[in-house]
Amino acid sequence: MAFKPRKRPVIRRRNFLKGVAGFGSAIALAKLTGCADTPSTSDASGESEAAPAADTAGATGEPVKFGLVAAITGPSALSGEAITRGLSVAVDEINADGGVMGGRPIELVIRDDESTPAKGVAAARELIEQEEVAVVFGGLDSPVSLAMLDVIHELETPYMGVWAAATGITRNDYEPNYAFRVSANDNIVDNFLMRYANQEKGASKVGLVLINNPWGESNQKGFEEWASEYSVDIVGIEKFNDGDTDISAQLSRLKDAGAETLLLVANAAPGAQMMKSLTRLDWDVPVVSHWGISGGRFSELAGQDAADKVTFVQTYSFYGDQSPAGERVLAALDEKYGLSGPEEILAPVGVANSYDAMHLAALAVDTAGSTDGSAVREAFFDLPTYEGLIKTYETPFTPDDHDALSEDDYILVQWEGDQIVPIES
Amino acid sequence: MWPQILSGIAIGSMYGLIALGFQITYAVSNTMNFSQGAFVMVGAVLCYSLNITWGVPAVLAVPVTLLLCAGLGLAVERWAVRPFARDGSNAWLLSTIALGIIAENLAMLTFGKEVRGYSSPLAESPVAIFGFGVFPLELLIPVVGLLAAIALRILFTQTLLGKAFQAVSENPETALLMGVPVQRLVACSFALSTVMAGLAGMLIAPIANVSATMGTLLGLKAFATAIIGGLSSPWGVMVAGVGYGVVESMAAGLLGGSYREIVGFAVVILVLALRPNGLFGRAHVEKV
Repeated sequence: MAFKPRKRPVIRRRNFLKGVAGFGSAIALAKLTGCADTPSTSDASGESEAAPAADTAGATGEPVKFGLVAAITGPSALSGEAITRGLSVAVDEINADGGVMGGRPIELVIRDDESTPAKGVAAARELIEQEEVAVVFGGLDSPVSLAMLDVIHELETPYMGVWAAATGITRNDYEPNYAFRVSANDNIVDNFLMRYANQEKGASKVGLVLINNPWGESNQKGFEEWASEYSVDIVGIEKFNDGDTDISAQLSRLKDAGAETLLLVANAAPGAQMMKSLTRLDWDVPVVSHWGISGGRFSELAGQDAADKVTFVQTYSFYGDQSPAGERVLAALDEKYGLSGPEEILAPVGVANSYDAMHLAALAVDTAGSTDGSAVREAFFDLPTYEGLIKTYETPFTPDDHDALSEDDYILVQWEGDQIVPIES
Repeated sequence: MWPQILSGIAIGSMYGLIALGFQITYAVSNTMNFSQGAFVMVGAVLCYSLNITWGVPAVLAVPVTLLLCAGLGLAVERWAVRPFARDGSNAWLLSTIALGIIAENLAMLTFGKEVRGYSSPLAESPVAIFGFGVFPLELLIPVVGLLAAIALRILFTQTLLGKAFQAVSENPETALLMGVPVQRLVACSFALSTVMAGLAGMLIAPIANVSATMGTLLGLKAFATAIIGGLSSPWGVMVAGVGYGVVESMAAGLLGGSYREIVGFAVVILVLALRPNGLFGRAHVEKV
C-alpha cells in the first residue's frame, strides 16, 4: 500500500496555545530585529561595503577616510543608493583634482544602518574609532541621525546630514555643536509649505494629513508654529498608518471642517493611499506635500491623475537648464552608473545634497589642514566660496546656523509621468 | 459610517478568505500552514510578475498563479509539515513560520524591496454607493469570499471527496483501512489553503499594492479571525473575518488611524476571554 498509516498528530489545547504563542513571538521578533524587512544575507554585507575611489590618479598619498551611515538595505534602500552615488561622484572629482591636504585621496567607507537607530549608533562609533573617519555622513532616517548625535559629540567628529530633515538634528543642545547639514529642515519646510498654501493656493483653512510616527509629529509642531504667522486656521489633524488602504473617513472629516488645502507628510506608499482615498470622496482639493513622496514610485502607486495634483518640495531638480556643475554631475552619473538622463535618477535630492555635502566636507578638511574633529568643525565656518550643484555656497555655515540650505534654496515641483518637474511659482 | 462598513466588509472578506486556508488544513489534519500570510504575498507577486513584468495576459496569469500556489502548497505539506508532524510533534509550527520568512526574503531578493502599484480597471474609478465612493473590486472581494465558503461547504458535505476529507478528519487510521488515501488528501488540503491565500493576494493587490512584506500582518490578522471564528466551520471563519474587518475599519474611521490595530486586537482578546472556543466553535470534548 502506498500510504503508510500515520500517527495522527494530537493537538491538545495546551500544545496548541504554546504554538500560538510561539507564532506570535516569532512574528514580533522578526519585526523587532527587522529580519522580516531585510534580506537575511545582509547581516554581514554592511561590513564589506567600502567604495574605493575609482580614480586616484590625481591624488596618491595616504587616503583620508569619510564615513557614511545610511539605509543600504530595507524599505528605504533607494535613498542609500542615491546618497552613495552623489558622494561617490564628488569623491571621484576631488581625487582627480588632487585630493585634500596636499594630495591625499578621499576614501568613502559605507555602513548599513537598516533604518535602525541602534545599528546606526554602533556603526558611527565603529567608523570613528576603528576607521578613524574625518566626517560621518548621515542617511534618510531622522530617528537614526538623532540617535547618532550622542556618539558624534562624545567622540568630537563632525556629522554631515544629507537627507534626514528633523529640526533637532542641527538645532540641538550640544555645545559645541558638531552637526551640520546640506538638506531640508522640517521647520523651514513647514514654513515654506504653509506660506505656499496660503499665498499661492489662497487657503485660509488647511487640514493636516500626517503619517503616524515621530516624523509626522515633528512636522505637526512646525505647521502649528507657522499657521499663526500666516493667519491660517488648521481645521483638523488626521494621522494614518503605513498599511492603511482606506482613509476616506478621516479625510471626510477634514472636508466637513472646510479645509481648502491639505498638507501631507508621508512616504510614497502611504501618500499614494491617501490620494486614492481622495478619489473615493471625489474631493478635488489642492495637496501640498513634504518630500517623503519622492522616495518611491508615487505616481505608479497613486495613479497618474491623482499624482499630478500634488505640489511638493525638493532641494534640486536635474530637469531643465543645468548649471556647469549640473552638466558635470549628469555626465558622471551616466558614465559611472549608466543613468542616461534625469528620469533615471531616482530620489534626486539624495544625489544632489550628498554631492554638495561631500565637496563642502572635503573643503573643510582641506581648510583645517588636518582630520582632527575639532579643527574640521571650526573650518566649516571658514570655508572658501564653493560653486556647487544646488547653489553657490558663500559662508554656508555659521556658529548659529548649521544648515547650509535655507528656504530660498527650496523648489516646488510636480509629477509629470514618473518625472519630477519644477513648477513656476 | 457607510463607507467604513463597506471597506470593512471588503478587507474583512479578505481576512476570511485567508483564514479559510487555516480552517481547511486544521479540519483535515489538525495542522496548519503558518506561512499563509507569505502565500498571500506569493500570489500577488507571482501574478504581478507574470502579468506586468512578463506581459502574460491576466486571463492566463490568474489561473497559472493559482496552479503554482497549489503546487507550492503540496510542497509545503511534503517538506515542511509531514516530516515534522510525526508522532504528535508540533515542530511543523516552527517549520512553516520559518518557511514564510524565507519566502518573504526570497521575494525581496527577486521581486525587490520596493512597493509596486498594480493598477486594475476594477480599482481605478470608484462607484458611488450611499453617496460614498467604493472601488468595484471592493464589492467583488466579498462575493468571491462568499463563493469560496459556499464551494467549500458543498465540497465537504455533498461530494465523495468531501466525505473522504471528513473521514480523514474523524479518524485517519480507520479511513486508511477503508482505502482512503489519507496522505494524499492531507496534501490536497494544503494545496487548497495556499490557493485561497494566493487568491486573496491577487484580489488585494490593486488596492493595497504589491510588496515583499505585504502578507505578514494580513496572515496574523487572518489567523486571529480563524481563532475567533472557531476553526470548525467555514461559515464561522468567514463571518469572523468580515466582523473583524468592520470593527477595525470603524475604529480607524471614528477614532482615527492610530486606533485601528489597538481596537481590532483588543476585540480579539475580549472574544477569546468570553468564548474560549471562538464565536462558532464547539467545546473540545476529551474522552478519558
